[in-house]
Amino acid sequence: MRLHEYQSKEIFTTYDIPIPRGKLASTPEEAKLIAEELNCAVVLKAQVLVGGRGKAGGIRLVRTPYDAEEEASKILGGRIKDLPVRRLLVEEAVNFNQEIYLGMTVERKSGQTLLIASAAGGVDIEEVARSTPEKISRIRVNPLLGLRDFQARNLASEIEISRELWRSFIILTQNLYRAYTDLDATLAEINPLVVTTEQRFIALDGKMILDDNALFRHPEFVDKRDISAEQPEELEARKFGLSYIKLEGNIGCLVNGAGLAMATMDIIQHKGGNPANFLDIGGGASAEKVAAALRIILADKNVRTVLINIFGGITRCDEVAKGIQQALQEIATDIPFVIRLVGTNEVEGRAILASANLDTAETLQEAAEKAVAMSKESLP
Amino acid sequence: MTILTHNNETRLLVQGITGHEGSFHSQQMLSYGTNIVAGVTPGKGGEWVLGGKVPVFDSVHSAVDVTGANTSVIFVPARFAGDSILEAADAGIDLIICITEGVPVREMLHVKQMIERKEITLIGPNSPGLISPPHTKIGIIPGNITFEGSVGVVSRSGTLTYEVVYALKQAGIGTSTCLGIGGDPIIGTSFTTVLSHFESDSQTDLIVMIGEIGGQDEEEAADFITSNVTKPVVGFIAGQAAPPNKRMGHAGAIIEGGVGTAESKINALSEAGVRIARYPEEIPAIIAKL
Repeated sequence: MRLHEYQSKEIFTTYDIPIPRGKLASTPEEAKLIAEELNCAVVLKAQVLVGGRGKAGGIRLVRTPYDAEEEASKILGGRIKDLPVRRLLVEEAVNFNQEIYLGMTVERKSGQTLLIASAAGGVDIEEVARSTPEKISRIRVNPLLGLRDFQARNLASEIEISRELWRSFIILTQNLYRAYTDLDATLAEINPLVVTTEQRFIALDGKMILDDNALFRHPEFVDKRDISAEQPEELEARKFGLSYIKLEGNIGCLVNGAGLAMATMDIIQHKGGNPANFLDIGGGASAEKVAAALRIILADKNVRTVLINIFGGITRCDEVAKGIQQALQEIATDIPFVIRLVGTNEVEGRAILASANLDTAETLQEAAEKAVAMSKESLP
Repeated sequence: MTILTHNNETRLLVQGITGHEGSFHSQQMLSYGTNIVAGVTPGKGGEWVLGGKVPVFDSVHSAVDVTGANTSVIFVPARFAGDSILEAADAGIDLIICITEGVPVREMLHVKQMIERKEITLIGPNSPGLISPPHTKIGIIPGNITFEGSVGVVSRSGTLTYEVVYALKQAGIGTSTCLGIGGDPIIGTSFTTVLSHFESDSQTDLIVMIGEIGGQDEEEAADFITSNVTKPVVGFIAGQAAPPNKRMGHAGAIIEGGVGTAESKINALSEAGVRIARYPEEIPAIIAKL
């Protein structure tokens, strides 16, 4: 679960990580009031879950409360990189001498947390990582020991933070690490972490991603998920415990298992077709779940044909067949289907669908070839 | 021969044996011929399950004391799975296979630290387990989709693995051991470890490796193959048609910051001499030509 900047900064405050003074605004009037209250130049920051916000016009510096209202009315209700802007963070503009990157994330290979810092923080950190990797410092944090003082100090020294600031850098880094572990985050990032003209650290931006599998330990976040970046079909799918991702093609796919679902998309592409979606019904799906999956696929107006590929293990082919039957009774559709059922209860499954006059296939290859041919035939 | 399974002297313990998944798959494993000696469900110690054949214990310690179990398979819900792995490790089990999906990453970071301090093999989590025909099946891989042979199969996914070994079966090709390492970012056993087992297994003549987008495990495996594997390897990478920044079901299957693309994995493996199949059913055709 990706958190907004303002949500991350609320967490930062709880963990004594300094942030600029500011508040959240949902209307231009609120933005104006906050700017009046702050009584200084302010930065308006669109709260959207996408990178490169600044370059896309989502961050504006304004001098007066009047300008704050004026600019806020332009950003609010509009879109940044196709995402609706519903809220703005209105913050004091901070004068600074130095921009630092500070981030931590789970490293797969070592099974530890990787702490990353750079003196070249700011908007172009990804370019820095590509072109001058020597400007990025890394340390690994053993999950049982946690982040030790010497590690944070060495990092401070490596990225050439002045000695007078080492102590506060160590404390800040450890506070961020605590927030990261306490909340089961898989990423916590401050970019930029600035050194102000008064020689203080302030987190100008903040980004955190929480582990979806650990949300049961943090029920306070469950309702805070921003779904505006997700397609309505994807939300509907999640309600049924389906994993669905909409793509651009015209062959709807219904598969059990993520790996097999990807392989099914791959073979469609290999045979010259285009998958309309990734859809994994998971293991042991019920007829209801399968019917919901099919409704979601058929609601996609691009879909010209549907390929169902089920390799029964925990999943029973007869349950899947019942789900298909149920969905077809509800939705009248002319869209042709290719169905391949193999594994647990395949004979029973095929028997259920025998009357439905649907095209079947023995192998995945055959199924893909048929689906691709149909998707082309049925084009207007 | 079979890799990893105590030279076929498996004495299997099932953690979560009385649950829905646990009891169904225990029955399947038993029918296949796996030697299940005990089950553990805290609070149900003293019961007998699977037609009165298998005793249930409250703790892994007591199950190991009484039955001499040396392997554990875990079916407990995600929020308890990390604890179950640690309990098995603490009780002296040295092969632990975790089927459970959705274990929190932080839990796995801690588990991995403990596992690495002992002589323990952890497979998974989010693994379908392993099968070594004709008599050993630990986990949820259907027994009837493969038969005894000389191809070792290692994979990051579940049903895709079934698809591949079934295609091999249709082509008359059997397997020595087929093992799923799991689709999560933090897992106990990597491709490289399994590849080295296959390399030294006398029954295995050829290795099939099934990877997917996300992470760099396949690239590491490619490096390992270059310097350590002499047996032929055939590979398939799922997710060639997947767009970046979208998680394809598995917690580990995501292309982020340009890392983990199918192209990078296919290139690395090709350079290591791995023959790459473009789709699962091409694998037996490639094997036939070797």
